[in-house]
Amino acid sequence: MDIFLQQIINGLVQGSIYALVALGYTMVYGIMGLINFAHGEVVMIGTLVTITVSGMLIKVGMPVALAGLAGLIAAVAVCMALGWGLERIAYRPLRNAPRLAPLITAIGMSIVLQNLAMMIWGRNYLVFPPLLPKIDFEFAGANFTSVQVIIVLVSALTMGGLLLLVYRTKLGMAMRATSQNMPVASLMGVNINRVIAAAFVIGSALGALAGVMVGTYYENAHYQMGFMLGLKAFTAAVLGGIGNLAGAMLGGVLLGIIEALGAGYIGDLTGGFLGSHYQDIFAFVVLIIVLMFKPSGLFGEKTGDRA
Amino acid sequence: MKNLFSMRSTVGIGLISVALLALPFAAALAGQAWVRILDYAILYVFLALGLNIVVGLAGLLDLGYIAFYAVGAYSWALLASPHFGLHLPFWVILPIGALVACLFGVLLGSPTLKLRGDYLAIVTLGFGEIVRIFMNNLNAPINITNGPQGITLIDPVAIGAFKFSGTTQIFGFALSGPQKYYFLLLALVSLVIVVNLRLQNSRIGRAWQAIREDEIAAKAVGINTRNLKLLAFAMGASFGGIAGGVFAAMQGFVSPESFSLNESIMILAMVVLGGMGHIPGVILGAVLLSILPEVLRYGVGPLQTALFGKQLLDPESLRLLVFGLALVLVMRFKPAGLWPSPERKRALKEATR
Repeated sequence: MDIFLQQIINGLVQGSIYALVALGYTMVYGIMGLINFAHGEVVMIGTLVTITVSGMLIKVGMPVALAGLAGLIAAVAVCMALGWGLERIAYRPLRNAPRLAPLITAIGMSIVLQNLAMMIWGRNYLVFPPLLPKIDFEFAGANFTSVQVIIVLVSALTMGGLLLLVYRTKLGMAMRATSQNMPVASLMGVNINRVIAAAFVIGSALGALAGVMVGTYYENAHYQMGFMLGLKAFTAAVLGGIGNLAGAMLGGVLLGIIEALGAGYIGDLTGGFLGSHYQDIFAFVVLIIVLMFKPSGLFGEKTGDRA
Repeated sequence: MKNLFSMRSTVGIGLISVALLALPFAAALAGQAWVRILDYAILYVFLALGLNIVVGLAGLLDLGYIAFYAVGAYSWALLASPHFGLHLPFWVILPIGALVACLFGVLLGSPTLKLRGDYLAIVTLGFGEIVRIFMNNLNAPINITNGPQGITLIDPVAIGAFKFSGTTQIFGFALSGPQKYYFLLLALVSLVIVVNLRLQNSRIGRAWQAIREDEIAAKAVGINTRNLKLLAFAMGASFGGIAGGVFAAMQGFVSPESFSLNESIMILAMVVLGGMGHIPGVILGAVLLSILPEVLRYGVGPLQTALFGKQLLDPESLRLLVFGLALVLVMRFKPAGLWPSPERKRALKEATR
């Protein structure tokens, strides 16, 4: 029983990170129907920027908490600029191009960002500075740390904030209108370019935040870390019904928990034939099964004939 | 198609054939490494044309194509290496590899029939990852794939007593291993080109194109979309399997590393960059994307040394950087691909008018 609870907690933490990254995918997809394959790389750059900035500040004697905050702010700023730049350079010129063209551009940008990161930060794993105090807790036989609690809390707060933004502000209304019907929204006086740029910028800011949390959680970072993370987060977004904010959040958390439980129990279930190194398989197996029965994701609306 | 046998195209085809036959000998002058690069370029042409059936003709966005390539390669590796002590001959393994890959194609296709567009893309991508994870981990408790180390000492292709590895003398010419594989691959590519050409204007090909343009309309006019989509997956997968087999035999070695998602993406990029559904375009895309990184590999390093006197930037990452930028720029200025088919060009012009 304690393994069960333990894996639920681990899955919840991992899942809330997936959820934050998934929001970036789903916002962009919901508005313009584009898979932003470079989003995982934005997250990676967020992590690496934090390492550099807070590492430098800690070295000159700044208190760790303050240095961490500065690192986070720097990461968010860099990633927002990156998201804006991506949209401007790689996606805006292709808005009326055939559907696969922006997909290839996104892949191209992801290759570019990965290799830029490698040139700047090198090929090795980098140590993420311990920015948050790590206190161990125990609850009903399961262990967790203050870092895990903070990750879940920050994720939940951020997601709440995003929901407020989308459903309570004018920009949010413009976003929802644009995702419903771009030409009509534009006729109603919505500045489409601004809305799309905003979606990229906000999604990237969330990605930066997620990047900092990944770094804090795993205590290391690498120029290729964005790839699998992005893939999983995108899977989470599709699982929840891509384009649907609440779906992305639930999909992320669900995926995290399924993965953790799967990794915890697969050995017992298969009599030791498959071990926990098959962890990465669950995301995809679950995805295939869900889409077989609900082709538009768990919480997605039926879109009829949309290609 | 009707002027395929006209005077001009006969001369054209003749000239191209002569050039293609002379190419490996010209490349050998620059070093055997370039013949090997040529081999891989043709292998990619083969793969891209196989994927073109799925993506270009039927419009099914498949991001897991490399899984079938992997299945073919591993079939070969398991059936013709000391790993299991089996050494089956070429003519037995080739159909087995194609068949197993075909089976995997149907396996992937059947649950995804209801999906389309991006959902299909992510499911196929997931499928590719699943295959890769299994290849990576099926070494315990029963050692099937030998895990991340991969399988070595795979038999080369041999037809009768004629081996495709090592150097042989034919009519006074010394043919090296890579040169022999070049001709084998050239033959295979000709085959896949003929299949692509024949399919394009056949009943099946027309039906695929109808599904690509509007699936609901296609269904409404009585096209069996389910069977035809499965057929597209199966056919594309079989070609992937054959390519994988030849790859394994040519390299003598397979490991999960060769079958990452990046490879799938690269092959898709070849199809899209060249001009989806247009055979010459796809060939162009495959040749460019497989040769360009090599040219950059041999060009970027020495160029830096010549300009600055030392290596300022890591040539390997610089090469990928240039590659990524090239993808972005081509799509920016030629969103329909470098060499789109005339029909597609017309349709795009009308759409944007």
